[in-house]
Amino acid sequence: MSRRLPETNPSARPNRYRFSKYKKPLVLLTMAAPTAIWLLLLRYLPMGGIVLAFKDYKVNPRNPSFISNLINSKWVGLNNFKFLFMTDDAKIMFRNTLAYNIVFIILGIVIPVAFAIMLNEVTKKFVAKAYQTMMFFPYFLSWVVVSYFLNAFIDGQYGMITAMQRAAGGDVTNWYTTMGPWPYIIVFANLWKNVGYTTVLYLSAITGIDSTQYEAAAIDGASKWQQIWYVTIPNLRTMICILFIMNVGKIFNADFGLFYSVPMNSGALYPVTQVIDTYVYRAFMVTGDIAKSSAAGLLQNVLGFICILTANGIVKKIDADSSMF
Amino acid sequence: MAVKGKKKNLRLNSVSPGAEAVIYVILGLFALCCIIPFVFVIIISFSAESSIRSIGYSFIPQAWSTDAFRYAFRKLPQIWRSYFNSIFITVVGTALSTFMCALYAYVLYRPDFKFRGFFNFFSFFTMIFGGGLVPTYIVCKQVLGLNENYAALIVPLLVNPFNIIIMRTFFKSSVPLELIEAATIDGSGEYNTLFRVVAPIAKPGVATIALLNALVFWNDWYLSLLYIQRNKVLQPLQALLMELQNNVEYLSRMSGQMGAAAINEAAKMPTQSLRMVLVVLIVVPIACAYPFFQRYIVAGLSVGSVKG
Repeated sequence: MSRRLPETNPSARPNRYRFSKYKKPLVLLTMAAPTAIWLLLLRYLPMGGIVLAFKDYKVNPRNPSFISNLINSKWVGLNNFKFLFMTDDAKIMFRNTLAYNIVFIILGIVIPVAFAIMLNEVTKKFVAKAYQTMMFFPYFLSWVVVSYFLNAFIDGQYGMITAMQRAAGGDVTNWYTTMGPWPYIIVFANLWKNVGYTTVLYLSAITGIDSTQYEAAAIDGASKWQQIWYVTIPNLRTMICILFIMNVGKIFNADFGLFYSVPMNSGALYPVTQVIDTYVYRAFMVTGDIAKSSAAGLLQNVLGFICILTANGIVKKIDADSSMF
Repeated sequence: MAVKGKKKNLRLNSVSPGAEAVIYVILGLFALCCIIPFVFVIIISFSAESSIRSIGYSFIPQAWSTDAFRYAFRKLPQIWRSYFNSIFITVVGTALSTFMCALYAYVLYRPDFKFRGFFNFFSFFTMIFGGGLVPTYIVCKQVLGLNENYAALIVPLLVNPFNIIIMRTFFKSSVPLELIEAATIDGSGEYNTLFRVVAPIAKPGVATIALLNALVFWNDWYLSLLYIQRNKVLQPLQALLMELQNNVEYLSRMSGQMGAAAINEAAKMPTQSLRMVLVVLIVVPIACAYPFFQRYIVAGLSVGSVKG
């Protein structure tokens, strides 16, 4: 019925036309609205709070509203950053964040690629599947759970290793106050949790490689190593590049849970476990030092932003298809 | 003869039996290493407290017992409450976040949408730059009222731009545009097209996103650390576990006793195995569902990582 309406009443047609022309983007806008509003409130609005890093934020007890406090507090220029760098904290957290991330990036590429290539060579599919399932499992656990897994082995009183040391009559290591082993524990924990996931990613890329490429290489007399080097690796290049950029872009970001929860927030270990994320949290929530905390946070975001743009730019130059944006 | 030749060729192109054995051992050791801690924690949760006190945590305890489980469920009502909190947060959070993500990604996927470029950038930019913890915390707490309530444990995790990219890629690869055009010509409204025409096709993609979201909500403890300071009954299991790390007495306070009574209660409590009971309670649902959802997650991750 309604479809025949325009024909019987031609003047209604342009009106209806114009309406539907505006209606479509409007309806689609309502679909985008929930997420867009969320982004606006929880991501863009806080970006305004960046000015905190340049202010001496004081809470006025008579008017505790954040906005008025922010407006009324004094501009101090770069003083917050100056104070931050006068302490050892800054040096320690930047050193730790960068050093750990560099190790994570390198091992996080080499080991999963090697594992994926090895898994692909396992001829019994059942075994390969079982290995893959087991290796992927830790990825789904939270760092708190991982910290208890670790604690079962190194708990100061009942841990398995501690108990074995005690039974052997040797010195008992108090793991949560001894800094020495922690860089290794942190690196191992991170690999333990994430290697399976990355391996699965690379494996799915490897299984996607056209098998005729290998056949051709084999007929030409390429050894297994040569096939890996000249067929597998070049095929993985795009994915390696993408994961590499994403990780370099996040080089100033540390996994909060890994550095906070796995060492059980032990103060004695701060020199080897303090990273920017944990510092920002502790300075803000524990010591209430808004100035230094927001200065460190802003520094982290700006440096990360520069890093991700640079990494992407470099990849774009080398191989335009592999770049993220 | 031809068949045999082909078989020989295949054999030629696989690694030697010796090398394969090495591969089996290396990968096998790592794979075992990935699940042994979980097995260990299960064993500890069933160990008698007396055994733990005398020989520590061990793969072979002197005595087995289910005391810790019984104690947890009878004497510590907060564990039930926290279990409920975890499930509630996961269900509501997953439903909301998946719905929002699918809607937004669908709009980004529509090439005829005018503001597509803008909205694309709008979500992407938040992946590479942000305000940082302090401003975000203050905005959430003071402006949005995300403070000591369930909303504080759900809302801050609702949107993940990376999931939007994955979802959009799913739409692109599985839903042909002609289908939407056809539906529109037939007079179907935008929402009708999305729910009746597009959604059934994009179901695997939606399932993947839902699973990723469910894991995030189930595993979260950070939000509780930030926004739940006083109203601790709202803590999900993960946050409870976090609290126990440096504060074992927290368990006895949970049983409602104070002062001397709490100390008394603490002495009777199988504290060590109790902690591991909590870990088991958290991990078992994941471990049970894991073999089923693994496939979806792998599909989603490989789609998402290929290109944004």
